[in-house]
Amino acid sequence: MKVVLQNLTKIFPSRDKKAGKEVVAVNDFNFEIPDGQLVGLLGPSGCGKSTTLYMISGLQKPTSGKIFFGDDDVTELSTENRGIGLVFQNYALYPHMTVMQNILFPLQNLKGKDKLTKEEMLDRAYEAARLVQIDELMDRKPSELSGGQQQRVAIARALVKMPRVLLLDEPLSNLDARLRLQTREEIRRIQKETGITTVFVTHDQEEAMSISDVIVVMKLGVVQQIGKPQSVYDDPQNLFVAKFLGTPPINVLEGKVEGGKVYIGSEAVLEIEGVEDQEVYIGVRPEGLEPCADGKLTCSLNNLEVMGRDASVVASHENAISPVIRAIISSDIKIDPSAQSVKFNVKPHKFFIFNKETEQRIYFEVK
Amino acid sequence: MVDNKQQWKAWLYLAPACILLLVFTVWPIFNTLRMAFLNGYGNMAAIGGATFEFGIENFVKVIEYKEFLQCLQNTAILCVATVPISTILALLIAVALNSIKPLQKTLQTIFFLPYVTNSIAIGMVFAAMFNIVGLKQGSAMADTWGIINNVIQFFGGEPVNWLNAGSTYVSNMVVMVIYIVWNALPFKILILLGGLQSINKQYYDAAKVDGTPKARVLTKITIPLLSPMLAYVVITGFIGGFKEYSSIIGIFGDKMGPADDAGRLNTMVGFVYDALERDRQGRASAAALILFAIILAVTLFNNNVIKKHVHY
Repeated sequence: MKVVLQNLTKIFPSRDKKAGKEVVAVNDFNFEIPDGQLVGLLGPSGCGKSTTLYMISGLQKPTSGKIFFGDDDVTELSTENRGIGLVFQNYALYPHMTVMQNILFPLQNLKGKDKLTKEEMLDRAYEAARLVQIDELMDRKPSELSGGQQQRVAIARALVKMPRVLLLDEPLSNLDARLRLQTREEIRRIQKETGITTVFVTHDQEEAMSISDVIVVMKLGVVQQIGKPQSVYDDPQNLFVAKFLGTPPINVLEGKVEGGKVYIGSEAVLEIEGVEDQEVYIGVRPEGLEPCADGKLTCSLNNLEVMGRDASVVASHENAISPVIRAIISSDIKIDPSAQSVKFNVKPHKFFIFNKETEQRIYFEVK
Repeated sequence: MVDNKQQWKAWLYLAPACILLLVFTVWPIFNTLRMAFLNGYGNMAAIGGATFEFGIENFVKVIEYKEFLQCLQNTAILCVATVPISTILALLIAVALNSIKPLQKTLQTIFFLPYVTNSIAIGMVFAAMFNIVGLKQGSAMADTWGIINNVIQFFGGEPVNWLNAGSTYVSNMVVMVIYIVWNALPFKILILLGGLQSINKQYYDAAKVDGTPKARVLTKITIPLLSPMLAYVVITGFIGGFKEYSSIIGIFGDKMGPADDAGRLNTMVGFVYDALERDRQGRASAAALILFAIILAVTLFNNNVIKKHVHY
């Protein structure tokens, strides 16, 4: 089931009528989620990603715009008639029911031609439970389960009625780091096995990048970029997206383009074509900085962090906007940690420049 | 650990509370026990120098009293009738209040008014509403009926003698039950509304996503999640019910019954007061201990039932 969002907008009226400031939570969102894909809505808090999810679920009504499931316009359809499964951030498992009762609950609501017999319900419940591997825990209460297990129960409850679309609100945020890694693989597996179009919300870019087919980066209600995780990382359309994706984060410096050269301070670090002279922001991925004796960018060396396979060169530069300049290099490359400064060459495909006013990417050709 | 030398300081600070508790709580409880087991104990007689034997005569006397059984019956009927009715009504009102936005605060205040109003005063208003003032229809005298009978007549019913001379026990009880329920509602609504507002809204969102019918949301989600509050309201309701006294005074005055049958609606606490008035402290203490035993037994029973149905 593909999901189409058309000019989707949500405006919250201001609480204080006198102040009269409305909040545009989601602004003119257009996107077609292809059938059977796992889509991550990604952005910092307050970017409208959860609002978008709740509008798809029908728990919140869009101010304007339309939502289609396949070819059906579901904008005016109430939540229960949309055929969605929703997993809440805090799971919202009914605390007084066992796992079994929780999973059965949506099935017991079915009426008319969808009504199931007791045996069918049990079969479906066990099927869903097996899918998320909790069929051993059916008699437990939610309070007797770990966070990860509760998460699985919540997913089973959402899946048991075979939804057309599965929605997950910050599915991993309540889990500890280890479990998060495990569970995100699990979500990926369940999604692939069921083939249900799935949308999930997260503020953790690593999480989104690692399991999504497509990620949507949002900021202040506006979609910044949509694409495959790797291509968004490799080809950010603006400074925000470049900064938001990647750990460690991209290095941002102030600089300028003058006479076909990109300058940081007084050093020309790259020769380019097709860009007018202007002040720019420069973004260099940590893996795009290569230490080199005759490097073009000189930074003062702070320290060297060796982490087995990789090493991280932490340096600083007076034109840097990010607190430090960080380069990830192979630990084979030897750097003298007592040196005062370090020189880098930049890899052109890890090097982006952005307009200083609009912060939009400026594309260039390498000379 | 507190230094031994410093312990007297701790005791000093605890002393005011300890002394007050000893004088006004521990001693009276002990004294009640003592008086209850001294045959035929009375304060005046004790001052006069009489001595009393240890025994259970007071308890025997209390149970042998015809009035006592009447009091026990009245108390039990009032409890069994008012606690379920007021709890269910309070639950429905609290759920309704919780689900509306406009006027919620105003209605909340209105429902809470009985709580801050003197129960004797309310009782007198109720008595007036159910009263017959003047004589019956057809007589030469004035025939002003209370507002309840006026309403009944308006809808074509026969007026009922609710609580005046010649009224029936059942009609007396109906008035008492209505009055006590009305009086008990505000506190219960307050507690249940507080409980409802602390239930995570996500449960309701989850239920909505699953298309749960409203009635099922109430019985399968709201009531179970509210069960600790419901348990509290039921237990305290029964305890309050067994101590019912002032509401009878409010409606019937200190005759505790209609004019031609004083004492018909007397309760356990009323019985204790009556015995005290007649300088029968021993008998009053025995009755109070019996009441205590009944409340304890009922509460233990409630607790056991509730344990099986309450989800914390």
